[in-house]
Amino acid sequence: MMLSYPLVFAALLFSVGVYGVLTRRNAVLVLMSVEIMLAAATINLVVFGQLAAANLGDSVLSGQVFALFVIAVGAAEVGVGLAIVLLMYRNRASVNIDDADLMKF
Amino acid sequence: MTEHAWLIPALPAVSAAIIMALGKRLPKGGAEVGITSMAVAFVLAVLVALEVFAANVTAALEGSPAFLVERAVQLATFGGDSGFDAGIRVDGLAAMMFLLVTFVSLMVHVYSTGYMHGEARFTWYFTLLSLFTASMLLLVISNNLMLLLVGWELVGVCSFLLIGFWWEEKQNSNAAIKAFLTTKTGDVGLIVGVIALWSMFGTFDIGEIISAVEEGVQAGGAALDNGLLTFALLALFLGAVGKSAQFPLHTWLPDAMAGPTPVSALIHAATMVTAGVFLIARLYPVFHHSETAVFTIAIIGAITLFSAGLLAIVQDDVKKVLAYSTVSQLGYMVAALAFSYTAGIFHLFTHGFFKALLFLGAGSLIHAVHSNNMSDMGGLRRAMPATFWTFLVGSLALAAAPPLAGFWSKDEILAEAVHAGGYAGTVVFGLGILGGLLTAFYMARVLFLVFAGSYRGAGTPHESPRAMTGPLVALAIPSAVIGLVNLPFGAFQPYAFSAWTMFSVDYWTTHPIELNLPIALGATALAAVGFGIGAAIYRRAPERDPVLGMGLVTQTLENRYYLDHLYEGVIVRTIKGPLARAAYWLNDRVIDRLVYLAGAGVSRLADKTYAVGDQRGIDGAVNGLGVSAMWSGARMRLAQSGNVQLYAGGMFVGVIVLGVLFATA
Repeated sequence: MMLSYPLVFAALLFSVGVYGVLTRRNAVLVLMSVEIMLAAATINLVVFGQLAAANLGDSVLSGQVFALFVIAVGAAEVGVGLAIVLLMYRNRASVNIDDADLMKF
Repeated sequence: MTEHAWLIPALPAVSAAIIMALGKRLPKGGAEVGITSMAVAFVLAVLVALEVFAANVTAALEGSPAFLVERAVQLATFGGDSGFDAGIRVDGLAAMMFLLVTFVSLMVHVYSTGYMHGEARFTWYFTLLSLFTASMLLLVISNNLMLLLVGWELVGVCSFLLIGFWWEEKQNSNAAIKAFLTTKTGDVGLIVGVIALWSMFGTFDIGEIISAVEEGVQAGGAALDNGLLTFALLALFLGAVGKSAQFPLHTWLPDAMAGPTPVSALIHAATMVTAGVFLIARLYPVFHHSETAVFTIAIIGAITLFSAGLLAIVQDDVKKVLAYSTVSQLGYMVAALAFSYTAGIFHLFTHGFFKALLFLGAGSLIHAVHSNNMSDMGGLRRAMPATFWTFLVGSLALAAAPPLAGFWSKDEILAEAVHAGGYAGTVVFGLGILGGLLTAFYMARVLFLVFAGSYRGAGTPHESPRAMTGPLVALAIPSAVIGLVNLPFGAFQPYAFSAWTMFSVDYWTTHPIELNLPIALGATALAAVGFGIGAAIYRRAPERDPVLGMGLVTQTLENRYYLDHLYEGVIVRTIKGPLARAAYWLNDRVIDRLVYLAGAGVSRLADKTYAVGDQRGIDGAVNGLGVSAMWSGARMRLAQSGNVQLYAGGMFVGVIVLGVLFATA
C-alpha cells in the first residue's frame, strides 16, 4: 500500500482530536480528545519509522521505539490531567470548562 | 616745575577728601588741612608763575614762541582721534589764574577760621572750600573743553552747596537753587557750543582748535564755516553770560549773597564768576575770528556794567552793593575782551584782589554788627580801624583811584575801547566812563554810611579777631600795588604783565598795550566827581537817603528792572503751572495708558495661550495619549475571555499559519 494512506488517516484522526479539544464542554472529553491527537501523532511516527527502515536498513526500529515512549508519556500526562479535573470538580462541583473562566478580564 | 603743575589742582582735591573723611577728629576741625594744602598750592603757583613769566619775557624780547606746556593722558576714546583726555595747558594766563585763585582761597581759608568759628558744620564748610578751589583750578589748568566743562559744572555744584550752606532758612536754599538754575541755563549754551566746536574740528583740545581756526581749516581739510563758528561762539558766550553774571542772567548773583561772606569773597568775586571771562580769554583767537561774536560780547558787557552800576546805588545791604559792583566789573572784563586780551585779564586779576578784600571787609563789618544792612552801621571808623583802612584801600582801588590797582586795569580797558573805535568801542567807552562815575559814587556812599557819622545799630561793635583782619591786610597790599606790574616803564620790561600773560608773540607784538594818559586822567577826574558827590551827600548820614527818593527811577532799580518778576512770575510760574500740568497729563493719560494697554494686551494674550494652547492643545495631546492607551486597552482586553478552548483554537490557527508559511517559503 502507499505511504500516504496511514498519514492521511493520522491527519484525519488528528483533526477529530482538534475538533474535540476545541468544542467539548466536558473537561474529561477534552482530555480524551488530546489522547486521540496523541494517537494520531504516534501513527505518524510509526509510519515514518517504517520509511526510515526501508531506506536505511532492516535493523532500524526507531519509529516503534518512539511509539512506546509516547504511550508511556501519554499515560503519565493523562494521570496528571485527570488529577487536575478531579480537583476542579471538587472545588467547583462542575467539569464544564466554560465555568473555568477566572482569567477573564 | 610746570610739568608738575597738575599738583596745584590735585592738592586741594586730596585735602577735600581728607577733610571730609577725618576732619571732625582733627583739633581744628579740618581747617589746618585746608590751610596747609592751600599754602603749598600757593607756593607751587608762585614757582610756576616765576618760571612761566620769565620764559614769556624772554620770548617777548627775542620774538620766540610764547611759553606753553601741555601734557595729556588719554582716558577714553570715541571715534577716531577725538577722545576724553585729562591734560594740562600751562601758559601765562593759567599761571596768572593759579596765583589769583590760590592766594584768594588761602586768604579766605584763614579768614573763615575766624568768621565760621563755632559753626556746627565747620568741617563740611572747609571740605567744600577745598573742593571748590580744586574744581576751579581744574577748570583753569585743563587743556581740553571736556575737562573744562567738568570743572565748570563742579564749581557750579560747589557754589550751590556753599550758597545754601545755611539751608535751614528757606530763602538761602531758594537762592542756591536760583543760582544753580540760572547758571545752568547758560550752561546749555556752553555744552551746545562745545559740541558745535567738536563737530567742526573733531577735537576738544583747546590748542588744536585755536591752531585750526588760525589756519582757517576745519576737520577733514574743509574751509572754515564762519556761520557755524559764530553760532558756536555765541553759544559758548551764553555759558559765560550765565556763569559770569552778565545781563540778563545776572539775577542770581545778588541773591547768592545769602551764603557766608567768605564764600561770597571767594566764589562770587574772584574765582567762579571769572570762569566765563577766563573761557573767552582762553579761546581769544577763536572768538576774534568772528566779528558778530566780538560785537555781541562788547554790547552785553557794556549793558551789564552800566545797569548793574545803577542797581548798586539803591541797595541797603552792603553785600548786595558789592554783588552788583561785581556784576558791573565783570561787565567791564567781558567788554574789554572784545578789544584786547591783556586789558580784560588784567582787570580780572586786579579785581579779584580788591573785590575779595571788600567782601572780607564786609564780612568783618557784618560779624561785628550782626546785620548786613548799612542802616544798622555807621561811625565804625574808630571802633574797627583795621577793617576801615583796608576797606578804604579796596574801595579806592575799585573806584580806580591812582596809583591803586583798579586805576591801571580799568583805564586800560577804556583806552583799548577808544583805540578799537567803531560802534562797539564807542558804546563801551561811553558807558565805561559813566560806570566809573557810578562806581565811585556808590563806593563813597558805602564808605560814608558805614564808617562816618555815628553808630545806628544795636550793641557795641568791636574789631574782628586777627584771623579775619590778617587776610584783610594781606589782600590790601596787592590791591594797592599789583597794578604796578603793568606800568609803561619797568626795570626789566615795560608793560610787564602783558608780556607775562601773552599767549602768542605775534599777538603781543601787533597789539601793544599803551597807557592813554588823557583818557586815564579824564576817567579819574570823573570818578573823583562821583566820589565827591557821594561824600557830600552822605558825610552826615542824611535822614532820608536821596537815592531812595527818586520816584520811578528808585522803584525800577529797587525791583531790579522787574527782571526777577519776569523770570519768576512769568517764566517759572508758567513752567510750574500749565506746562507742568500738561506734561503730567501727557505722562499719565497718554504714555502710562499706552504702557497699561501693552501690559493688558500681553496679559490677555497670556490668558488665551493658557486656555487654548496649554489647556486644550498640549494637555489635550497628553491626555489624548493616555485616553488612546486606555481605549485600545479596553478593546484589546476583550480578547482575554478566560475560555481555554478559545486560546487553544487561537494557537491552532497560529500553527496552521506558520505551517503554510514554512511550506510555501
